[in-house]
Amino acid sequence: MRIVAVTSCPTGIAHTYMAAEALEQAAQAAGHEIKVETQGAAGAEALPPADVAAADAVVFAADVEVRNRERFAGKPLVQASVKRAINDAPSLIAEAEAAARSAPAPQAAATTPVPTTKVEQGGGWGTKLRGWLMTGVSYMIPFVAAGGILIALGFMFGGAEVATKVNGGTFGGVEYPGVTDLSELLAQAGWAGVLFKIGATAFSMLVPILAGFIAFGMADRPGIVPGIVAGLLANEIGAGFLGGLVGGLLAGAIVLAIRRVRVPRGVAGIMPVVVIPLLSTLVVGALMLVVLGQPIAAATEGLTNWLDGLSGANAILLGVLLGLMMAFDMGGPVNKVAYTFGVAAVASGNLEVMAAVMVAGMTPPLGLALATVVRPRLFTSAEREAGEAAWLLGASFITEGAIPFAAADPVRVIPSLMVGSAVAAGMSMAFGNTLRAPHGGIFVVGLIGRPVLYLLALLAGMLVTTACVIVAKSIGRAAPAKVEPAAATG
Amino acid sequence: MADLITPDLIDLDLDAADRHQATRSLAERLQAAGRVTDLDGFLADVRAREAQMPTGIEGGIGIPHARSAHVTQPTLGFGRSATGVDFGAEDGPAHLIFLIAAPEGGGAEHMTILASLARRLVHASFREALRQAPDPQTVVDLVNKEVLGQ
Repeated sequence: MRIVAVTSCPTGIAHTYMAAEALEQAAQAAGHEIKVETQGAAGAEALPPADVAAADAVVFAADVEVRNRERFAGKPLVQASVKRAINDAPSLIAEAEAAARSAPAPQAAATTPVPTTKVEQGGGWGTKLRGWLMTGVSYMIPFVAAGGILIALGFMFGGAEVATKVNGGTFGGVEYPGVTDLSELLAQAGWAGVLFKIGATAFSMLVPILAGFIAFGMADRPGIVPGIVAGLLANEIGAGFLGGLVGGLLAGAIVLAIRRVRVPRGVAGIMPVVVIPLLSTLVVGALMLVVLGQPIAAATEGLTNWLDGLSGANAILLGVLLGLMMAFDMGGPVNKVAYTFGVAAVASGNLEVMAAVMVAGMTPPLGLALATVVRPRLFTSAEREAGEAAWLLGASFITEGAIPFAAADPVRVIPSLMVGSAVAAGMSMAFGNTLRAPHGGIFVVGLIGRPVLYLLALLAGMLVTTACVIVAKSIGRAAPAKVEPAAATG
Repeated sequence: MADLITPDLIDLDLDAADRHQATRSLAERLQAAGRVTDLDGFLADVRAREAQMPTGIEGGIGIPHARSAHVTQPTLGFGRSATGVDFGAEDGPAHLIFLIAAPEGGGAEHMTILASLARRLVHASFREALRQAPDPQTVVDLVNKEVLGQ
C-alpha cells in the first residue's frame, strides 16, 4: 500500500519531525511505502503531486491546520494529533490500511488528479504520466463546462449566427462585419453575443490551463508559469490541445531539470522567484515558437493543399477523411484544416462538405457523454462530470467538449473518436446532407438538407464512438481490476 | 557552527519538582553558556508553547521547546531525572528531558539540525543509550554521532 502523510505542530521544531519519523518506521515495519511532508520550521518540501495521486491513503498527524489540504481531497483520510503519531504510529498506519480498504474505488475522488487505473502497480512512468495529465485535465474541465455552456446558451438565445455576428464572416449567405470594438458588443450582437463572447474567452484558456496544470502536476508551483505560457503559445501557433499537452510536459520537465542544478547559496534565494520562472519560460517558449511552430504551419499548409486536391474524389471517401481529421485533435491544426475546408466549400457553393464536417465534430462529445452513462466505472468522477456537460457541447457542435477525455487518455480515446466521426461524416456524405451554416449543431437543424437522415448519421457516429471508447478503455484494465482487491490487503 | 550540545548543558541528576522548575534549571545552563540572552523571556516563550499542548510523550520523555528571539543558536539542553517530572504524557512522568531552543527566524540549516534531532528522539535505541550514559561527555558524543553523523 502507498501512504502519504503530513505532520505539523505549533512550533514546528520537534513533534512535526518526531511524528514523521514514527510514521515512517511504522509504515516500513508494516511493509508499506510512505512519503511524509513535514510542515515544520525547516521548510516543507511538498509531496510530489504524482505521489499524492498514487497514494492509497492519507494520514494527517497535525495539531495545526494542514496547509494545502485540498491536494488530498477525496482520498481515504486518517486524522490524528501529532502526539498520537509519535506515541502510537502503528495503530494509525493500521487505520490508514482500513480506510484504504473500505474506500469505494479510487475513482471516487471529486476533483483531485486521481489516476483511474493502477495498471503499473510499481508506480512507473505510465502512472506518473497519467497523474500529470489528469491534474491538467481536472483544472481544465470547469473551463470547458463554463465556456461551452455559455457558448451553447448564446446559440440558443441568439441563433447560431451569433458566433458569426461576433467574429465576422458569412452565415447562411449573409455577410457580418464582426464586432471589433467590444463596447459595441451588446448593441451589435445582443445578450446572446455577450454570452458567446464570455464563453469564447473562457475557451481560449483551455489549452493554457491544461498545459499550466500538467506542469504543476510535475513540478509543483514553479511549473505554472512556463506551462501556461507554453499553452498560450500553443494557441498562438495553432497547435491545439495536443500542442498544449506537449508544452505542459516540456515545461514541467524543464523546471525539474533546472531544480537539479546545484547553485551557490547566494543564487539559491532568488531561484524560485526569478531564475526558475525566467529560464523555464524562456526555454519552453523558444521550443514552442522556434521548433514546433514552423512544422505545424508547414503541415497545415500541406494538409490543406492535399485536401484541395481531393475535391473531385469519391464523396464518401472524402467524408471519412474529414471525419478522421475533425476528431484527431479537436481544435488543433488538423481539425482546423478540415473545418476551414468545409467553410471554404460553402463559399464555393458545395454545401455537403460542411454538413459532414459538422456531424464529425458533434459525435466526439456526444459519444463520450453516452459512454460515461453506459460504463461510468471506466471514467474518473471528474470525467463523468465533464460527460454531463458534453451532451450540450456535442449537440452544439462544440468539439472541445471531448478534450478532457482525450487529454487524459489520448492513446485510447483519440482513435475511438476518429472512427465514430469517420462513420458519421461518411454517412452524411452518402446521404447527400447539406448545410449552409458554419456552426450551430442541433440549433441549425432547420438549415440542414434531409435532416432526418442527418440525425441518423449523427446517431450512428455517436454509437460507434461510444462502443469504440468502451472497448478501448476496457483493454488493459480487465487484469488490474482483478488484482485490485488483493493489492488493497497487502 | 558551534555544537548543538556541550557537557555543561547536561544535567544527569536533574532535581526538579515540576516541569517549570526542570525547564528553568536547564535554561539557566543555556544562559550561562551564552546561548540564551534573556532567561525569563525565553522561559515565557517555552511556557507559551507548553500551554498549547503538553510536550510530554510516551516512554518518559519531555520536550519543552520554543523558537525564541532570546536564543542565539540552536541548542539542546538535556536533563535526566531519577524521580521523573510530569510533562503531561499519559503514561507517567518524564525521565529524559530535552530542552530545545531555536533562534527566532533561524535559517533552514539550523532547523534541519533540530529536525534530525527530533527524528532521533523517536528511536528507542537512542533513548536507551541516553538513559545508560555514565557522564555528560557520553551524551554529547551520542548526540553528535546520531544527529550530526560526526
